[in-house]
Amino acid sequence: MSENNHHLHHPQQNHFCPAETMSEDEEPSRPSPPPPEPGSKKTRNCAAVHPSPHSDRVLEIVLEHVLQFLTASRDRNAASLVSKSWYRTEALTRSDVFIGNCYSVSPARVTTRFPRVRSVVIKGRPRFADFNLMPQNWGGHFGPWVATMGKAYPLLERVYLKRMSLTDRDLCLLADSFTKFKELVLVCCEGFGTSGLTAVVSKCRQLRVLDLSDTEVSYDGVDWISYFPEGETCLESLIFDCVECPINFEALESLVARSPALKKLRLNREVSIGQLYRLMVSAPNLTHLGTGAFGHPEPQDPNNQEMDYAAAFSACKSLVCLSGFREVMPDYLPAIYSVCANLTSLNLSYANIDVEQFKSVICQCFKLQILWVLDSVYDEGLQAVAATCRDLRELRVFPLNAQEDVEGPVSEVGLQAISEGCPKLESILYFCQRMTNAAVIAMSNNCPDLVVFRLCIMGRHQPDHITGAPMDEGFGAIVMNCKKLTRLAISGLLTDRAFAYIGMYGKLVRTLSVAFAGDSDTGLKYVLEGCPKLQKLEIRDSPFGDAALVSGLHHYYNMRFLWMSTCQLSRQGCQEVAHALPRLSVELLSYEENEKMDDDTVDVLYMYRSLHGPRDDAPQFVTIL
Amino acid sequence: MEVSRRTANLLGGGGGGRGLNLKETELCLGLPGGGGGSEVAPEAPKANGKRGYSETVDLKLNLHTKEPATLDLKDMPIKNGLKEKNLLASADSTKDPAKPPAKAQVVGWPPVRSYRKNMMSNKNNKDEGSTDQKTSTASAVAFVKVSMDGAPYLRKVDLKMYNSYDQLSDALGKMFSSFTMGNYGAQEMIDFMNESKLMDLLNSSEYVPTYEDKDGDWMLVGDVPWEMFVESCKRLRIMKGSEAIGLAPRAMEKCKSRS
Repeated sequence: MSENNHHLHHPQQNHFCPAETMSEDEEPSRPSPPPPEPGSKKTRNCAAVHPSPHSDRVLEIVLEHVLQFLTASRDRNAASLVSKSWYRTEALTRSDVFIGNCYSVSPARVTTRFPRVRSVVIKGRPRFADFNLMPQNWGGHFGPWVATMGKAYPLLERVYLKRMSLTDRDLCLLADSFTKFKELVLVCCEGFGTSGLTAVVSKCRQLRVLDLSDTEVSYDGVDWISYFPEGETCLESLIFDCVECPINFEALESLVARSPALKKLRLNREVSIGQLYRLMVSAPNLTHLGTGAFGHPEPQDPNNQEMDYAAAFSACKSLVCLSGFREVMPDYLPAIYSVCANLTSLNLSYANIDVEQFKSVICQCFKLQILWVLDSVYDEGLQAVAATCRDLRELRVFPLNAQEDVEGPVSEVGLQAISEGCPKLESILYFCQRMTNAAVIAMSNNCPDLVVFRLCIMGRHQPDHITGAPMDEGFGAIVMNCKKLTRLAISGLLTDRAFAYIGMYGKLVRTLSVAFAGDSDTGLKYVLEGCPKLQKLEIRDSPFGDAALVSGLHHYYNMRFLWMSTCQLSRQGCQEVAHALPRLSVELLSYEENEKMDDDTVDVLYMYRSLHGPRDDAPQFVTIL
Repeated sequence: MEVSRRTANLLGGGGGGRGLNLKETELCLGLPGGGGGSEVAPEAPKANGKRGYSETVDLKLNLHTKEPATLDLKDMPIKNGLKEKNLLASADSTKDPAKPPAKAQVVGWPPVRSYRKNMMSNKNNKDEGSTDQKTSTASAVAFVKVSMDGAPYLRKVDLKMYNSYDQLSDALGKMFSSFTMGNYGAQEMIDFMNESKLMDLLNSSEYVPTYEDKDGDWMLVGDVPWEMFVESCKRLRIMKGSEAIGLAPRAMEKCKSRS
């Protein structure tokens, strides 16, 4: 072996280096920064200076073949740091690129380094933008990416975007640039209309996947479903359940009938139950179904179909994932009973059904692994889940009434029951109005496999409603007992003690979400000093100031981003950070429209590492220090 | 059961605030410079001379030194920083001066995406038991589906965009003009008081608008005052007059009982 391989160098803690771990929704592969300057390590091999072309080339060919089997980004990033030869070869063989923050690197840099990419994942806005904490038009534009990739990656097959803004033009350019395009997945995106979709569906003849989950599409008069080309399509997955546009049902029916490979179909609420029936009859091989409205039949639907609906579901022998029920009429729920026993995933989070109706469904779902529900199922409904769904891995309980001062139907009782009945639980999101430390501690003991724990006690600063104590002990138990925990969202009355626990025990925590919590700077310091794997930290309305911010300087290059809104930061403090860390993009956002920061208080701090330098598309309310 | 025994141990260490027996659960807190298990003393808020937020921080600290359970959190509106701005006029933040405002709603809290919030508030409208004024009928939009017999797809209209039946009628006429071949758009609104005129209309091949109300009944459009219509209409269907004839008697009844 040549000397190329002998000298691994390890990224130092303070260097701008890629974090090795991924968030729970990450796709493999991220670009890592280029290796340090040549000469900084005298262990660099001599062969690089006087290369022997033949042997080097042989090595590279061997390496290329080997690296093809390396798919995990962690491994690829490590491999790229071994030596210049490995860096080059890895770059040539990387086909999947993951960009966790679209502003961390410029499109040109990505396409220059990785010339043979087939699949791209790009994420834009931070998550708190979903809750209107970020003014409109902040950024996250797909335009520059598609323009650059359109030229550099003619063979691109897959684009996955999350929280990005796209225009119709961007989609047209995508459709024109990538002749072999196969998969478009847009999650929480917006900015385009049905015209843009039309361009994609009509030109991308090999389209297999079109997924528009939680994406906003404006209706500009064009019925995009009608524009799929005639003849058989390659469609395997068509997901448009949150698209609030009317669709031409005849066109949809025809599309489904000529898509023999279709396995995943999630309809929006424009599709009536009668229309659903017709689609199911023509596509009994579906594995994932979003039912659309599932309400009263429309006037034009045939009458008296109850028996037939059940038969239509029975015929779908492969159905494992069911969602929809957007305007559900509970009378029709029994139609799904025959598939319940096979379901591994059930999403009733838009279905306002009562406890009894829910229980009649859930008691048959003994293979269920993923369940999303509304809190209108009450603690009693959750007890029914605990009794039946022994294999449950993920539970999300959403509020029917997302407000602070109402009576809540679920509480610590439901959480306790779940913890006792579902020991394999890995991920939970739980909205409630009242909670106790005891129930949270119980969950920490009963569910050791927890990776994601997100508890939202909707009343701000709510203590344990039985003891009156802060919720510190509960969350403390979670970080202490759940050794695999990587994502945590905390709520309720919390003192600095809770943060001390997180800093002490949350050694694997990568994502932390904080709202209305803590007493002082000490709280944030505990976390920044104690959590080495922290990647994404989002904080709102908590009393953390400049002293706390500065205590994280050693770590910010290892993080994807830090968000702090309505805390106690001053412009000066943020400036200090910007000076100390030149590769950090420190954005200050102002809630006042059309006004830059004129006083010293900071509305929103959003900062992230970047190879790019300050972005040039920042709107007026953004100041980049 | 195992778990409840453990729970009993946790709570058995004394009542009130910090009654949990830490040693039992091994939640030890080795604070730098402090003893294990001792409380984190809340530090005084940074005196940074900033207005607004430090006030709220003071309030929160007072919370801790007193008995938290007895405080009425409703008396402490939490300011959203200095500027109490709502970035988005959400469906919840409508002004209804007749009813006393509940605790000040904060932007983006609880953290539920707007799409889901909007979907749920629609469902609350249908729920008879809902007494919360924020999700009652004072919402900013009222989208209803409009179907027309013979048209290949449905449309949606926001009834709040119109102020009268005439305006709605115009809009519907435009929307479906390609299908009606001029048969839609009665020149005046249906006159319910004139039975014979009504019957003429319903015997013709003219299209008439009907709607499904909150009770699930299909009615002729125009029988109630506009505002009432907007609140009770769940969906619209434009059908041939001859098909609508079955609705007329009911419409007359309801109309008479209301006037």
